[in-house]
Amino acid sequence: MEANTRGTGRLPAAFLTPGSSSFLDFLEAHRPELIPGRRRLPEGVIEAPHGTTIVAAVFDGGVVLAGDRRATMGNVIAQRDMEKVFPADEYSAIGIAGTAGLAIEMVRMFQLELEHYEKIEGTVLSLEGKANRLTTMIRGNLGMAMQGLAVVPMFAGYDLDLGRGRIFTYDVTGGRSEERGFAATGSGSVFARGSMKKLHRDDLTADQAATMVVQALYDAADDDSATGGPDLARKIFPIVSLITEDGFRRLTEAEVTEIAVSITDQRLAHPNGPQAPLL
Amino acid sequence: MSTPFYVSPQQAMADRAEYARKGIARGRSVVVLTYADGIVFVAENTSRALHKVSEIYDKIAFAAVGRYNEFENLRIGGVRYADLRGYTYDRADVTARGLANVYAQTLGTIFSSVGEKPYEVELIVAEVGRTAEDDQIYRLTPDGSVVDEKNYVVVGGNADSIGNYLGQRHRSGFSLTEAVKVAVDSLARDPNGGSPRTLTPDQLEVAVLDRQRFQQRKFKRILGGQLARLLDGDQSAESDDSDDADDKGKLAATPPGDSDQ
Repeated sequence: MEANTRGTGRLPAAFLTPGSSSFLDFLEAHRPELIPGRRRLPEGVIEAPHGTTIVAAVFDGGVVLAGDRRATMGNVIAQRDMEKVFPADEYSAIGIAGTAGLAIEMVRMFQLELEHYEKIEGTVLSLEGKANRLTTMIRGNLGMAMQGLAVVPMFAGYDLDLGRGRIFTYDVTGGRSEERGFAATGSGSVFARGSMKKLHRDDLTADQAATMVVQALYDAADDDSATGGPDLARKIFPIVSLITEDGFRRLTEAEVTEIAVSITDQRLAHPNGPQAPLL
Repeated sequence: MSTPFYVSPQQAMADRAEYARKGIARGRSVVVLTYADGIVFVAENTSRALHKVSEIYDKIAFAAVGRYNEFENLRIGGVRYADLRGYTYDRADVTARGLANVYAQTLGTIFSSVGEKPYEVELIVAEVGRTAEDDQIYRLTPDGSVVDEKNYVVVGGNADSIGNYLGQRHRSGFSLTEAVKVAVDSLARDPNGGSPRTLTPDQLEVAVLDRQRFQQRKFKRILGGQLARLLDGDQSAESDDSDDADDKGKLAATPPGDSDQ
């Protein structure tokens, strides 16, 4: 007589199969339809809200990751206060540009993947290991990306082994590259990168780096209609997060307000922002 | 063809229960008790790598005694169950009661299945609530029974005698220092009335589910220096301090999983 594994509430075999520390691998065996990017899509291009600009920069002792708050659908602002920067785990963060709905799902799955590994193994993944897991997830979304539903995240974290902040960017195919100094992704990234090129220095403090990324987002919003600038009337300001040896910390609303207001004040006198020396 | 011996169902079940009970009693005990800010787990365990106490989910932890490969398997199954449930619904929808139920079904089915040997494990699933009244502790036996425990529970080793000792000394509203001291004293006692052993931090595995923790994940191991100071009765060791690096940085303003719009 064999135990009836269907009629009882017993955990199915996939739950008790040892070997994998990956939640995605477990889903593959047990509920493959839950894996993002597995759904069959109708033909044609789908229009959905898109998140826009994410910037990151390394400073002395860590890394800062920030994003504007706007989501657009065509030429309409779909959301003014969207959050696009999330903690991935204690020592890393993920920022997302691209199709908002799928990106949020990818973030949830990525956070869970890291937490799951941590609980099963009792240790955390290396920063490279985390960055590689994200590659796999973006690659799984390639089919959707071909239909206009691309997700392009940026991953930043503090490498405890090397003792410094690191930034990884991705393309839609999952191609990963580590960026030195600073990076930007999304529709306003061209302008944000130009801004940071003139402002970034390796010896920035955490406060200066936070100010610099808000400056870069201001410049992106200045020239890109899909990027939202500081909204003083509604008190909607960029999300800025710092990752240092002490872990992930999102700047409080008061801290970001102070930075954004001082930048806006300065821009009243100099609309193009701070000026770099010619030589 | 030989005729198999007739064994009555009662006898078969009794034999299986006895087999599992013996396996569990061989190991060292795990003590779980409530204190003012949550639930503390104290296990006698010299291994740093093979844990008897582990995190399952935000407010839920797991403790086990018996055969390591069996309870480790159940632990992984529990983490997968909790993570899948939290992903499908919401983090708040993962409960110790649900998990205890699934474990009970699993253990019960294995216990009464002739083709499998019963698991030689005894589990504790605990969930810390918003207040002390909401704390839940479930004990699961190898036959799949669930016992809803109040205030304290002991599994493995000389569970009965340690349980009696704790019953006389446990009171609600213990500080963490007091709770750990009582738990360690109970483990160190000699059941035959001899002088108690001395348990050093190296021989103990201590973890808490602390409802005062700012982070979403309430589980925390107490390690090294902090544990030594707690055992010395140093009240200041109760607060999170600089040497618990694993605690740092979980002050995510948008906690994972909760932050999506």
